[in-house]
Amino acid sequence: MTLHSLSARELAAGLEAGNFSSLELTRALLDRIERLNPGLNALITVTAEQALQEAGAADRRRARGEAGPLTGLPVIHKDLFCTEGVLTSCGSKMLANFIAPYDATVVSRCREAGLVMLGKANMDEFAMGSSNENSHFGPVRNPWDATRVPGGSSGGSAAAVAAGLTPLATGTDTGGSIRQPAALCGITGIKPTYGRVSRYGLVAFASSLDQAGAMARSAADAAWLLQAMAGFDERDSTAADTPVPDYTTTLEDDLRGLRLGLPEEYFGDGLDAGVHAVVEQALDALRNLGVETVPVSLPRTELAVPAYYVVAPAEASSNLARYDGVRYGHRCENPRDLMDLYTRSRGEGFGREVQRRIMVGTYVLSAGYYDAYYLKAQQIRRLIRDDFQRAFESVDLLASPTTPSVAFRLGEKVDDPVTMYLNDIYTTAANLAGLPGISLPAGFHQKLPVGLQLMGNYFSEPRLLNVAHRFQQATDWHSRRPAMAGEEA
Amino acid sequence: MSLDADDVARIALLARLGLQEADVPAYSRDLSAILEFVETMNRVDTIGVEPLAHPLEMSQRLRVDAVTETDRRAHFQANAPEASDGLYLVPKVIE
Repeated sequence: MTLHSLSARELAAGLEAGNFSSLELTRALLDRIERLNPGLNALITVTAEQALQEAGAADRRRARGEAGPLTGLPVIHKDLFCTEGVLTSCGSKMLANFIAPYDATVVSRCREAGLVMLGKANMDEFAMGSSNENSHFGPVRNPWDATRVPGGSSGGSAAAVAAGLTPLATGTDTGGSIRQPAALCGITGIKPTYGRVSRYGLVAFASSLDQAGAMARSAADAAWLLQAMAGFDERDSTAADTPVPDYTTTLEDDLRGLRLGLPEEYFGDGLDAGVHAVVEQALDALRNLGVETVPVSLPRTELAVPAYYVVAPAEASSNLARYDGVRYGHRCENPRDLMDLYTRSRGEGFGREVQRRIMVGTYVLSAGYYDAYYLKAQQIRRLIRDDFQRAFESVDLLASPTTPSVAFRLGEKVDDPVTMYLNDIYTTAANLAGLPGISLPAGFHQKLPVGLQLMGNYFSEPRLLNVAHRFQQATDWHSRRPAMAGEEA
Repeated sequence: MSLDADDVARIALLARLGLQEADVPAYSRDLSAILEFVETMNRVDTIGVEPLAHPLEMSQRLRVDAVTETDRRAHFQANAPEASDGLYLVPKVIE
């Protein structure tokens, strides 16, 4: 039996039918992780013992007739969700010794749903990166081609799902960190509306942009996981106090008459021609389902990445001020005085990209430069949001490529931060505006996955998942598998 | 905006980041490139545009002023590099 190739839905049906137990499923995936993770480096921590205990508890819960839809299914959490008693490193040397003293709300909700945590996923340090090369624990490799990056920052989560180490994984998306790795690894990833999922217990990067979401092979599976994660949380002061709809009931809705806007700025210079061709074919598949595509314009698109790389570092420089070597995290050896303790602990504990962003953030917030950079970026943020609101007066959703190219090679962009930042040209605007977006497998270019991005208005997650699911009923890109070591594709 | 080695040293001090001397030229080059890139924002006239600090423009929720958390000091201090008798230890600040 090849349990790793089944979807979460199929696995749940198998558990319910008694074809296998959660304990058997968990053992099978832990074996697979032991075999494949040394090559992929997708996980920083494997919580085998705890997973087997949780699986046993899930089986007993099912025997009592108290199982929910997700009970007994495996999940991997990005290593920036606090997990009580388990290392929560955020991909950083700074937190390489940090045992979280409590669970993030996302983690406790997954636990309550009966999900079994297999481990913690590798990531770019403090979620800053688009290639997963910024991890203190080494880069993650793309399951489709081990010489290429999986994307970032949720690269470990995306690679783990693509390689069949888990059917479900959590991620976070501050500027594209769920959607971009989902695209590069050929899986489905949804970044919900800002505030839809609680940020309590997430290691903060840029608090007005950070949003947690779900990663899986299919939209139907992602909908299930998001259902468990989403909802109001009084511990997060920006959590949305609006009811969570049942995402599963609208997956099959008819798409006829749906108006899909194609922003011209997302199909212009910088887009790889091969990626463009794949996205056009995906749009044809949607047209065949009755979707009407409409050209639209988001004129301030080219300003999204520049504005993002002011707002995000500014918030990061403030959030990361907490790592002072006093209460938790890395502390340097033999500090001479308090200043030495601060500067050396932070100099040693943070990697290069994190230090760059802390310095950019410090600079744009400093006296004399605040108006020219930070205030300006916030003004542009409003213009970008206004662009979207105008577009949504005439269309239901927007469609675009998720990334301008397929997965690039390890080391290819690591020395040039601005080139690296331009991987995010199609994803950062949704974060600045707080809008939901999803990336789904749209096909292949040069044997590497291409992602189609859909964006919607606030709280349009049901519609995004619906369109993605109907697309996946009509195509099979999401069920293609990379050939892992010793296996047929 | 181009940042030289002195600028980088000043920013690093503000941010309490101890940089290796050998890394300063690379930071100077990278930070200058990043700032030059973000300055493309200046192509757009934003006079009169109200800044947007938060995507949903929600007002901050207030909670009842009541104790909701239990005392878990020892549990939290287990992560401290150095703690004793419930206190975090740092190098001597006052002679």
